Amino acid sequence: MKNNKNKNLILKGIAASSGIVIGRVFLLKNYDIAPIDNIRIPLSERSREVRRFHEAVVDTKLEMNETREKINKALGESYAKIADVHLFMLEDPIMIKDVTDKINKGISAEYAVYDFTRGIALSLEAEKDGYFKERAADIKEVSKRIIHNLISKKGKTISLEDVGKNSVVVAHNLTPADTVSMKEKFVLGFATDIGGKTSHTAIVANGLGIPAVVGLANISQSAETGDEIIIDGNKGLVILNPEKEILEKYKKEIKDFTVVKKELEKLKDLPASTIDGYSVEVFGNIENPNEAASVLSMGAAGIGLYRTEFIYFNRADLPDESDHFDACVKVVENMNGFPTVIRTADLGGDKLADLGLLKLEREKNPFMGLRAIRLCLKYPDLFIKQLRGILRASAKGKINLLYPMISNVDELREADKILQGVKEDLRKEKIPFDENIKRGIMIEVPCAAMISDILAKEVDFFSIGTNDLIQYSMAADRVNENVARLYDPLHPAILRFIKMIIDSGHNAGIKVAMCGEMAGDPFYTPILLGLGLDEFSVSLSQIPKIKKIVRSVKIEDMKEFARQILQCGDRDKIEEIVESINLSEDKTDV
Amino acid sequence: MIEKKITIKSIKGLHARPCALLVKMLSKSKSDVKILKDDMEVDAKSIMSILILAAGRGTELNFVINGQDEQNVSRELEEFFNSDFEEMNAEEINTNEK
Repeated sequence: MKNNKNKNLILKGIAASSGIVIGRVFLLKNYDIAPIDNIRIPLSERSREVRRFHEAVVDTKLEMNETREKINKALGESYAKIADVHLFMLEDPIMIKDVTDKINKGISAEYAVYDFTRGIALSLEAEKDGYFKERAADIKEVSKRIIHNLISKKGKTISLEDVGKNSVVVAHNLTPADTVSMKEKFVLGFATDIGGKTSHTAIVANGLGIPAVVGLANISQSAETGDEIIIDGNKGLVILNPEKEILEKYKKEIKDFTVVKKELEKLKDLPASTIDGYSVEVFGNIENPNEAASVLSMGAAGIGLYRTEFIYFNRADLPDESDHFDACVKVVENMNGFPTVIRTADLGGDKLADLGLLKLEREKNPFMGLRAIRLCLKYPDLFIKQLRGILRASAKGKINLLYPMISNVDELREADKILQGVKEDLRKEKIPFDENIKRGIMIEVPCAAMISDILAKEVDFFSIGTNDLIQYSMAADRVNENVARLYDPLHPAILRFIKMIIDSGHNAGIKVAMCGEMAGDPFYTPILLGLGLDEFSVSLSQIPKIKKIVRSVKIEDMKEFARQILQCGDRDKIEEIVESINLSEDKTDV
Repeated sequence: MIEKKITIKSIKGLHARPCALLVKMLSKSKSDVKILKDDMEVDAKSIMSILILAAGRGTELNFVINGQDEQNVSRELEEFFNSDFEEMNAEEINTNEK
């Protein structure tokens, strides 16, 4: 019946990764949003159901105690004691009594826990005082963990480990924890309720080179596992249980697309040089060591950004030095001597809190909070473990270090001081590493762009992180649809920032790379060339597309375009100029 | 039965950590302890229920203690709310009890 209702259901979302696929829905349910089924428990099974609940509480308590110990070990007792609050909630006598009463009335343990905790969370959310309002999150966390243990005992939890062949993953949202265990070969595409062009789902899809449509509002409610589904990552469309005509139309489009793709693949071994002989580097971005194997075969001459955050996900403790070392070695060994830029942890306090490793008071504004280098400098042990792993790996292949989110000279020097300490320790321990390892900084905070001339004198390279640079400069959250329009790479201020950063780097004799989404969008390639960018670091699927543009233009023309654009204060006029370049470039043969 | 009026003095109010400490302290007692605030009445041994009171700074709470060690509990409550519980942690409570 449900399938009938959703026959040929066309949903419009945000195109987050290009390409078209036809596959079968694999629905990943997310228990914090999908209500648990309220199944009636017969009288004879109620005492067993009560026992299940008590067992789940015990299991959860064991887990929480383990987590508490890990926090204690990693960050110290003062952080661990905050975890006590969750333990007290877990043992709350009123909750135990209320849930038991509900089960004895025939309500399932899962639903009873969900129902009780929802009531409490709703009351808290109605509070005016922000502090108490936010405790609702703690209640939900405890509830989620009990329910998870109830369900996993029944053997019912579904993860992306379970995907079958030709699956299109449909979910409310995909988190790093979800995608880490995913069987990549089986997954054709993603469709999610929430997210934007730079959300985790989009980044993973681009990395894998599979289509994704996000921001579909409620596809996870409409789709069911096994439904036929088309993902059009070019137009941002998803069609559930498509009609025959639509299906045929898309099958033809997929065929045509394959032809274009083959053409791009021919560019693989050709250099990224303009018609008049000016060369730039096109490097790949990766976030999982497994992706390193495809970098060279996609035609990149190096890795411009290895995001190391994944090593922190899908595990119950913090990675130690050997975990970092193993991951980095895996990457550099695949690179055959080509360079790899490794960015040190760009974690938010929230990510550690989600891991249960750090019970920070929830930050009101995490993007302006304890993140990246700020977090690493506050918890130097985290940083030292990673630096040791990276430095040891630098004896096995060419590595450049990259610090994220530097906003002043002091942070850079403080990070360098820790780096020096790590180097000295390694020397004393007679552990080999690259003594001349280069280190650069991400320029992604406007204040760093403004002092890029000063910063350039103290580092070996820059990498412009446009995603954050734009969001911080425009004071607009790129995922918030109400203000996403303001998130605009062509705003004259952004173009001036980029120009300023590149010029500062060149004046100090260092190279300037860009690793944000802007670098990987062929639309912006001409203007970035004209502004003097040395290195484009892009998701693997974009490498041939960027090369194609570079190889079809003249650098002198691009410089002239850039000059005109920089003089132009009108955003629409700028877009017009950029479009006119792209039009003329289309006529040129590769 | 003892009734005890307490006004929350700490800046953050009776927030999660002090709630946990209070529950820890009270769960050792044999008395039944209720907290009355406006028209609400909650069990003082339930952290979730206390949080719902959202007892910010200046809130007046009425504790109703009923049981064999009620005198003791009343004294402990007095000490607890006079202490600087912002700075306290679980171990301190432990050592105090030992």
